[in-house]
Amino acid sequence: MKLNEEEKAMHNGELGEPRRWAIEHMMRVGRFFDAPDLIPVTQAHIMADTESLGEAGVEFLEDIAARPLAERQVRIPMITDPRGIDFCHYKRLKQTEQMASLEQRAIDAFEAMGILMTNTCINYQTIMPPVRGEHLAFGDTGVVIYCNSVLGAYSNFEGGPSSLAAGLTGRTPRYGLHLDRNRAATRRYRVDFEPQHLSDWGALGGIIGARAGSYWEVPVLEGIESQPGSDEMKHMGAAMASFGSVPLFHVVGITPEAATLEAVCDPSRLEAETVTATDLENFFARYGARGEKVDVVVFSAPQLSLLEMQSLAELLDDKKLHKDTSLLAVTSPVVAADARRMGLVERIEASGALVLEGMCFYQSYAREMAQANGWKRLMTNSVKLTNIIGGYGYEPTLSNMENCVASAIAGEIV
Amino acid sequence: MPTIEFKCHVGVGPVVSGEALVTDDNFSARYDLDRSAGIFSRPQHKLAGQSYVDKIMVFNTAKGGVASAWMLHEMKSRGVAPKAILFNNVNPILAQGAALADMAMCDRFADGDVTRLIRTGDQVVVQPELGLVTITRG
Repeated sequence: MKLNEEEKAMHNGELGEPRRWAIEHMMRVGRFFDAPDLIPVTQAHIMADTESLGEAGVEFLEDIAARPLAERQVRIPMITDPRGIDFCHYKRLKQTEQMASLEQRAIDAFEAMGILMTNTCINYQTIMPPVRGEHLAFGDTGVVIYCNSVLGAYSNFEGGPSSLAAGLTGRTPRYGLHLDRNRAATRRYRVDFEPQHLSDWGALGGIIGARAGSYWEVPVLEGIESQPGSDEMKHMGAAMASFGSVPLFHVVGITPEAATLEAVCDPSRLEAETVTATDLENFFARYGARGEKVDVVVFSAPQLSLLEMQSLAELLDDKKLHKDTSLLAVTSPVVAADARRMGLVERIEASGALVLEGMCFYQSYAREMAQANGWKRLMTNSVKLTNIIGGYGYEPTLSNMENCVASAIAGEIV
Repeated sequence: MPTIEFKCHVGVGPVVSGEALVTDDNFSARYDLDRSAGIFSRPQHKLAGQSYVDKIMVFNTAKGGVASAWMLHEMKSRGVAPKAILFNNVNPILAQGAALADMAMCDRFADGDVTRLIRTGDQVVVQPELGLVTITRG
């Protein structure tokens, strides 16, 4: 792989051990994917929850954080994905002191590197939305697919170590979605129904993600008549990435690279598959359980926008949750602060629900929370969450936000 | 015993040898594993209940989120990890994770579907730098 003078200096250790490690790491990854060189990136976003870091990962971060300031500081603006703990509420969720202590050590290490603790997977709605053509090193598959698809930015899925390497050097290997040739559509889907709820958009993403099924496939969608907003695209993208490891999609006439179908593929050489209303019904049917007791209703993955918080407050006004059902609404610190100022948090919590900030449900020791709280049946409007949470011992049910709230009030799935 | 060589793309990690555990299923460290016990825990996974410790794992592709990039490193630090992971096609996350963990990983096999080329129980030598995987079948 070709390195410029500055990159060579970093690789030789002249700018300290963390930057030497970072270049070496990127050279290994770059060679794996035939990257010819490194390209500059403008922002990095790191996913590093303590459940996946473990003791070993936290020690790795602490080793960097213990270096002199000039060696450990990131060189480009770098922000964080959700944490595993909301320090105001972890005891109520029956998370342990050991979890909180590991979390605090990780946070201390990030802060020592000059990383901004934004703790969010909706940075594209709340912090600094990328611009079309901007090269980035973003973690969290939902963030990457949104920024690539809806905003026309360029990022691969960057796992925590690679995001950190990008932050320390301001570079990332040039492969995958940094190359225009990998952004053309390889799968074509005609959607013959109109998604209504956010959960429908999520389900559409889940169906297409499962069918496409690979990081190296790029779906293009035709036939969407209604205008999706940011939350609709957020749910669809997060589900597509979760079900298929897909990092980019196009919607004809809506996303920036697909003004026309011809702009992203040769239609004569790419036959369209249809996604029908029956496919949608069948998708929801996989996660149905009407009449069953519901233990916990979760709105998370991705974190809620301010508008979702408002919708939830309206649904919960003057209502009380069933005594045996918990309702958790998870959002970013920025949205939480605004929602508190506008009275939305108070309205949501008056029902008995809990607003959590800066975390995400599934990366918060979900298995241990299930055991400690006796949670089994989980209901959500997040298709991404239904896909993940089964592996943590939950039985997920999928519905729209209105039905989820009605079920939390009834104590059973309506 | 016959020895067969398979060419693949240049990978990451050290030269390792061990016994193959093969499936045409996909892989995510977050979704599929009980990482404390070192077994596949998701009931729907084709290797559910089996141990991956010290095995040369063979899968079709990688799926799921970015967490696996840290998890391989964490698993290896406790000595409860596979020796190598081979794929038909891997996503960036797992390759990045193998680079951090210094775990052997290869994909893109020239001779076709690696989940058919290699069988469970084969003795396998993985040489990532050379893009070469050698099997001995008893």
